[in-house]
Amino acid sequence: MPRSEGSQSIRVIRPPSLSLTDLAGHVKSLTRYAGLIYTLSEHRIRVRYKQSMLGVTWAIVQPLALMVIYTVIFSFVAHIQTNGIPYPIFVFAGLVPWTYFSTALTTGTSALVSHSNLITKVYFPREILPLTYVIAGLFDFLIASSLLAALMVISRVPVNANILYALPVIAVMTMFVIAMVLILSATQVRFRDVGLGMSLLLQIWMFATPIVYPLSAVARLPRPLGWLYRVNPMVGVIENFRRTVLEGMAPDFAILSVSIVVTTLLLPVAYLYFKRVESTAADVI
Amino acid sequence: MIDLRFDRVSKRYLIPHEEEDGGSLHSWMRKLRSLWSTPKEFWAVREVSFEVKRGEALGIIGHNGAGKSTILKLLASITTPSAGEIRINGRVAALIEVGSGFHPELTGRENVYLSGSILGMARSEIGQKLESIIDFSEIRDFIDIPVKRYSSGMYVRLGFAIAAHLEPEILLLDEVLAVGDMAFQRKCLDRVRALRREGRTIIFISHDLSAVEALCDRVLLMQRGELIADGPPGEVIGQYKALATEVATLFSGMGPVREWRDVDAPGDRIVRMRRVRVCGEDGTTISAIDIRHPVGIEITYDVLVGGHVLVPNVHFFNEARFRLFVVLDLEEKWQGRPKSAGRYVSTAWIPGNFLAEGSLIVDTAISTLAPLEVHAHEEDVVTFRVFDPMSADSARGNYTGPFPGVVRPLVRWNTYVSCDGSSK
Repeated sequence: MPRSEGSQSIRVIRPPSLSLTDLAGHVKSLTRYAGLIYTLSEHRIRVRYKQSMLGVTWAIVQPLALMVIYTVIFSFVAHIQTNGIPYPIFVFAGLVPWTYFSTALTTGTSALVSHSNLITKVYFPREILPLTYVIAGLFDFLIASSLLAALMVISRVPVNANILYALPVIAVMTMFVIAMVLILSATQVRFRDVGLGMSLLLQIWMFATPIVYPLSAVARLPRPLGWLYRVNPMVGVIENFRRTVLEGMAPDFAILSVSIVVTTLLLPVAYLYFKRVESTAADVI
Repeated sequence: MIDLRFDRVSKRYLIPHEEEDGGSLHSWMRKLRSLWSTPKEFWAVREVSFEVKRGEALGIIGHNGAGKSTILKLLASITTPSAGEIRINGRVAALIEVGSGFHPELTGRENVYLSGSILGMARSEIGQKLESIIDFSEIRDFIDIPVKRYSSGMYVRLGFAIAAHLEPEILLLDEVLAVGDMAFQRKCLDRVRALRREGRTIIFISHDLSAVEALCDRVLLMQRGELIADGPPGEVIGQYKALATEVATLFSGMGPVREWRDVDAPGDRIVRMRRVRVCGEDGTTISAIDIRHPVGIEITYDVLVGGHVLVPNVHFFNEARFRLFVVLDLEEKWQGRPKSAGRYVSTAWIPGNFLAEGSLIVDTAISTLAPLEVHAHEEDVVTFRVFDPMSADSARGNYTGPFPGVVRPLVRWNTYVSCDGSSK
């Protein structure tokens, strides 16, 4: 019986503090809420498609529509070299993970604010709310990925074992987006500006990431700008996703390690910051 | 075994400065400045310590803003204390709102899963209890339609049905029993009583003093964030009532007499009330009345426009603001007879041995009854106290302990020895 476990544990509630040792405790208590994470994620997916006619196909409509637009602009208007890969597939392979990132970031950021009625009425670890939006985004990503696979088969893009590297690449991106939504959703509790600035941020971010163009196209960026460009963790993620899936090459570990280092440093800080805000979120939301 | 311990717990809220001046031109600058200006402090709970044993039913009462709800939110981990420490031993379920986490687009059944897991039930547990939850809610026919099409009653039924199946070791309740129709309310109360019998700890926050008295075996009284009493329900509730009257008189300056000047006399163009007072049989103004004696509420009023049938009426409330009864002027000589312009004095006589001990608050009004038109109505007009001198000839007889009930009539009893009922 699950309820007998609870009876042995004494919970102590103290004023909020910031310490790294609490981190393990937070993660541990999160595992007890696996059921809730599952139910809420399922709920997100269900609600999103429940009242729409196209249903789950919406998950592929967005990257598909963007693919058409960017194909028109960048392969007919401006010519971009893509190593012999057809431009539509090239850009789609960038858009699929990017759409996952931007959807998870947008929906996850407003997760706390849009559930203020729950936050003031029931307790559960609040990080579950943004987390479930990331999981729902991952679900959409899997659907869009199967379309990408279909397009690759149709276009006879050769595939080799390097495609398996896509899994750790997506894992890094998922960790990074979790860190981002933890920071942004917690910040939005006090400053609603975060939500308002989100679409602008994502637009700039998208063009600062090699999605519509290959990484090689920005090799000659002037020094401070080029350095800044490479700190963006999404560069290593998107470039390596496309590199391993479409081009069948091993990942560019140099650029991927930037993503890994940034994510590893950011995630614990983001989680502590989130927990700090969580303790008083119900008072200010 | 201690289930719950509050150790010098305080909760401070910070209220950011809102500057009133309307110039929106540099509002962002002011917002920026407010980031590092010190906000106002408000202590919702201050240095509160108490313990709750396993199986105890604890009530928390107090006025609005006394800190009751903050205590509940602290217990439920919805917010954290600013100082002090809370120890909780056992699984807590807080029922602060019925239907927490319902999503309008989902069906009742889907919402059982959603709300159930938000409230802390495992999925397998919900699966096992689903049928029982649907039965309890009494809305089986509607369980597969979206809850946005539910009536508010159905919504509440489903919400409480889920909560009733939580089986926590510690159950927190906040006014939630005041929902649904009477039959459903009773069902909810029975459910809470059953949980109590099973030895679960219950913390109950309510304005409904009779529910607190019926359910709890210990009561805490909060006032302005501080714990001012902790003891058996009868005692603490009595203290709260005394406080309530004190606060009421303090704030409105109510006494046994109320007079109005010409300019602020309540009423319309037809009639205006000028004076109300509480009087004894001899006509003198009194602030307290012996429970055995009649008490009069005298209303002096000016009829400005003649030709209307005017019926003075008096409403009686107890300390808990419960409306005890209403009396209408039915004196025969004024029945259906219009009053001409002039000053009138009407007195309602409440018989002795009818009111209960305690303080009463009186509203007065003057109306035309058919069709109903209220010409003058004033709330919280006068107050008086009813006391029992314990001389053994009131409804108490020679019993001197706590005496429940909102009224206390002295009634005739009749007992005889029955022959057919005797055992042979």
